[in-house]
Amino acid sequence: MQVKTIALNTFRETIRDRILYSLLVFAVLMIGLSYFLSELSVGDFERIVINFGLACVHVFGAIISIFIGITLVSKEVEKRTIYSLISKPVSRFQFLLGKFLGLSLTVFVTTLLMSVVSVLIVYLQSGNFRAELFPVAGAIYLELLLLIAASIFFSSFTTPTLSAIFSLSLFLIGHLSPQLRFFGMKAKSAFLKGAALATYYLLPNLENFNLKNVVLYGVKVDGGRVLLMFGYFALYFAILMTLSWVIFSRRDFK
Amino acid sequence: MGKAPVIEVRDLKKIYRQGFFLKPVEVLKGISFTVYENEIYGFLGPNGAGKTTTIKILNTIVFPDGGEAKIFGRPLGDPESKKKTGFLPEHPYFYEYLTASEFLRFCGNLFGMKGEALEERIGSLLSLVGLEGKEDLQLRKFSKGMLQRIGIAQALINDPSLVILDEPMSGLDPIGRMEIRELIRSLKEKGKTVFFSSHIISDVELLAERVCILHMGEKVAEGKIHDLIGSRGVKYYEVDAKGVAGNVERLRELIGRRDFSFIMRNGIVQVRVPEEEDVDLVIDAVRELGGRVVGVIPARVNLEEIFVQRLGGEENAG
Ligand SMILES: Nc1ncnc2c1ncn2[C@@H]1O[C@H](COP(=O)(O)OP(=O)(O)OP(=O)(O)O)[C@@H](O)[C@H]1O
Ligand SMILES: [Mg+2]
Repeated sequence: MQVKTIALNTFRETIRDRILYSLLVFAVLMIGLSYFLSELSVGDFERIVINFGLACVHVFGAIISIFIGITLVSKEVEKRTIYSLISKPVSRFQFLLGKFLGLSLTVFVTTLLMSVVSVLIVYLQSGNFRAELFPVAGAIYLELLLLIAASIFFSSFTTPTLSAIFSLSLFLIGHLSPQLRFFGMKAKSAFLKGAALATYYLLPNLENFNLKNVVLYGVKVDGGRVLLMFGYFALYFAILMTLSWVIFSRRDFK
Repeated sequence: MGKAPVIEVRDLKKIYRQGFFLKPVEVLKGISFTVYENEIYGFLGPNGAGKTTTIKILNTIVFPDGGEAKIFGRPLGDPESKKKTGFLPEHPYFYEYLTASEFLRFCGNLFGMKGEALEERIGSLLSLVGLEGKEDLQLRKFSKGMLQRIGIAQALINDPSLVILDEPMSGLDPIGRMEIRELIRSLKEKGKTVFFSSHIISDVELLAERVCILHMGEKVAEGKIHDLIGSRGVKYYEVDAKGVAGNVERLRELIGRRDFSFIMRNGIVQVRVPEEEDVDLVIDAVRELGGRVVGVIPARVNLEEIFVQRLGGEENAG
């Protein structure tokens, strides 16, 4: 009950946020723009539109998740709205989980909206109804959930600015993971090798959530891959939420 | 007493780290007090005494660095005791994107309340705190006093047995203060326990049965307010007389008391007397000399004077 109440209130809070609307309008315009871009370019039009649409779902989703994610908890503490919350029968874990679920719902709605627009633009462009886009966007959504959890984790012990920097770095490095591993294997210096490999093993490999090849090149995804993806998500999610909770449960709000 | 303790605080300590070098400052130096069932208990102290810090500890907003506290005999943060407690934070801040009734609904839901019963409760609370007609106004459009009122409403949403109010009268106009006093009294009549903080002695004097006085993180006094500040909280009475300015020596003789002090100011003679009964003595003497008494003013004790008195002035050096 408490978690649901906090989650729905967080959903309402973020949905009433002007920044979200601006980002969303911009994202939809960008996706729409790809329709005209494909007209101008040579080559596989449909592939360009799909690629562009998914990139928008991914990048705008990440921006929304990170920039709202880092404010979720810090704003409550800074504006002292948490005082009247935590004094009620709400544990700090319920609070964190409620905040997470609320933004997850918002990001679900925005991801769905951007995916629908992408599918629509592809249909207008090529006449093909590419429903495979949805599961691919679903995998992106799992990644976004991790980014929300990471943003909450960082903001549980540092300032919003630093949290944003950390979360964005995690996002970028997480997608450079394969390169990082490659670099680590090849590096001559033992230090660089160690640093690259440590980063590779410590930070999540967000490329695990990249299923674009399914729609772009018709690559088949087997159950094992899907299982790996969900397992990977569950592991990192549990780690991030537990750490956030451990830090958050000892903190003074002042 | 015979009554059950509702809040028990034992040797509570809190250290904050302040400034660039994070110098530890002991803002609560081991305070103890007990609030019993159905009491109105005042928590009094000047700015920075540690009242809000204590109240934040009771509401699990910050953690103590020593000692312990219990509410309803349970350790702090226990969900069962939280269900029976209401809390008004100092300078209340709430979600400003919510309307008054949305906010109260949110608070009610956190206590597991819903449906028709909750809607009725919201309506009656809004009228209790004088916010009827404002249910659909967003909190960002509320004035300071209105926020204080919605804060009180949210503190009462669960019909709590214990109400903790941090500066409930702040931000309110004189009528508002009176209304809140009435409200606190009516809570007592309904059998509730009220614990409230203030730095204004008259608010506490008018309401609280017992008080704890805090100064620089230490308990200076605890008990019935009248025992602490003397009879009716009056230091001395000041009797102002006209038409006797030329006759002060004669007046002194007529009154015949060495412990009264006489001050001349703009042709008015001010006589300071320690007790209420002494006032008549002065009036009689002034009349006999053909003068007029133009005013009798009780000089009230203020908090600072109690501290100075209690601490023997030693703390004031710092
Ligand atoms: N977050 C904080 N960090 C560092 N010091 C703090 C913090 N909050 C309060 N203090 C210090 O603790 C002391 C007690 O503050 P507190 O807010 O409890 O006082 P108070 O009795 O409620 O005063 P007031 O009547 O002004 O509300 C003050 O000296 C204050 O400077
Ligand atoms: Mg205070």
